[in-house]
Amino acid sequence: MAAQAQAKERKLPAPAVSPETKDYWDAAAQGRLLVRKCTACGEAHHYPRTICPFCFSDKTEWITASGKGTIYSYSVMRRAPVPYVMAYVTLAEGPSMMTNIVDCDFDRLRIGQEVTVVFKPTDGGAPLPMFTPA
Amino acid sequence: MSLKGKAYIAGIYEHPTRLATDLSLAMIHAEVAKGALEDAGLTNADVDGYFCAGDAPGLGPMSMVEYMGLKPRHIDSTDIGGSSYVAHVGHAVEAIAAGKCKVALITLAGRPRAEGMATGTVPRSRGGTPTPDEPFEFPYGPTVVNMYAMCAMRHMHQYGTTSEQLAWIKVAASHHAQHNPHALLRDVVTVEDVVGSPMIADPLHRLDCCVITDGGGAIVVVAPEIAKSLKRPKVKVLGAAEALKTQMGGKVDLTYSGAAYTGPPAFAEAGVKPSDVKYVSIYDSFTITVLMQLEDLGFAEKGKGGQLVADGNLISGVGKLPFNTDGGGLCSNHPGNRGGLTKVLEAVRQVRGEAHPKVQVENCDLALAHGTGGSLGSRHGSATVILERE
Ligand SMILES: [Zn+2]
Repeated sequence: MAAQAQAKERKLPAPAVSPETKDYWDAAAQGRLLVRKCTACGEAHHYPRTICPFCFSDKTEWITASGKGTIYSYSVMRRAPVPYVMAYVTLAEGPSMMTNIVDCDFDRLRIGQEVTVVFKPTDGGAPLPMFTPA
Repeated sequence: MSLKGKAYIAGIYEHPTRLATDLSLAMIHAEVAKGALEDAGLTNADVDGYFCAGDAPGLGPMSMVEYMGLKPRHIDSTDIGGSSYVAHVGHAVEAIAAGKCKVALITLAGRPRAEGMATGTVPRSRGGTPTPDEPFEFPYGPTVVNMYAMCAMRHMHQYGTTSEQLAWIKVAASHHAQHNPHALLRDVVTVEDVVGSPMIADPLHRLDCCVITDGGGAIVVVAPEIAKSLKRPKVKVLGAAEALKTQMGGKVDLTYSGAAYTGPPAFAEAGVKPSDVKYVSIYDSFTITVLMQLEDLGFAEKGKGGQLVADGNLISGVGKLPFNTDGGGLCSNHPGNRGGLTKVLEAVRQVRGEAHPKVQVENCDLALAHGTGGSLGSRHGSATVILERE
């Protein structure tokens, strides 16, 4: 379909990398999705922080996510030069993350649908983790 | 300390412009300040507290204080987006109750339309040092409209809310706007018009979205002894609350707004309940914003907001819960993309009995105004005030 062919041409801005999140983006460049997890309270969170937003412990570490999740909510952005799908995906590890759903028929998406991570190149920076129907 | 009855809203003014090509931002701030002070019967020399947010040009309140010749002994430039000015009313009451000022001036101005800003449909980076969330959001293309749309999508999924129910919110606003000579959109629309308008970001149509306008407004909050000395109807602040709702470290829940945090304490402070309220001003950046806030403030059970807003129930003189009788952000104006201040203005008009006769709520002795600022779908400010005619 036309919308899908166009989607390949959407230019993605590079994410700004900080010392706190460099590992996350380096892993993305290797095709791995990281999640930050607290060893004090056992909770994973997103976006990643050094200090746990739940218990405020500094005992946090990276774990490699399975890359599997479900669509919590989404919206097809029609009023854009190239339509795209904004979404929150709830990861198997717990947290929900803001992302895009790609490489699919936008009109057949539904909340609760199982999705899996893919990485999409950005304009001169680390690739972005996005999701596609599993 | 309860803030109940510790201060009064004595003056209001709304700028009539919707396209301010020939006005500077500072001019609009000063014109609305002058209008609200004159409405109260006061002057800039009486102002000893000044409140503004990020729309004011300059570093916090500095430039506008200088421009307007103010000498405040209390200042506050808390910025929580469009909800700032509702929160400022609460802050002004706190400052007055604590003896920090007696005449508090709150101003808002903006000219996004004159500046040709694509407010709702283009992702924006704030520039400068990125916020910690920005690298994990901005590259994906979040816009104002698609972030609110995700809330609507989830609400529909979880509670069975329909596009037709959301459309009734716009229909009600349009019924009110036909009587407002300053409203940008004065044509009455139907449910079919709304659901038949172009889809912007599923499930929000063009007519589910608010207008983009220039303009501004001001509010004067005063100490009880000042209110007694003035000739205007006395509008007492009964209760106020503010909060922020966030993504909570990834425990994202789009089914409720920050109003769930501010409604209960504001009602508790005021000593009233939702069923006592005769009129509500509810932030209406999108139809879904109104529905969620009404539920969260306690006007409908969670998930039942669709039934509350349908069938003209929000239309003054027709339904049980008249809302946004000036046409609100959906039809009248949304100065600087910040709609909280104008919510307070119409609530004050209703409580004074000075709304347009066609939309004035009978014996409107108790009103609520609520604002949301930022993005309903990620992080937002929330502020509620409850007003009573004395
Ligand atoms: Zn923890």
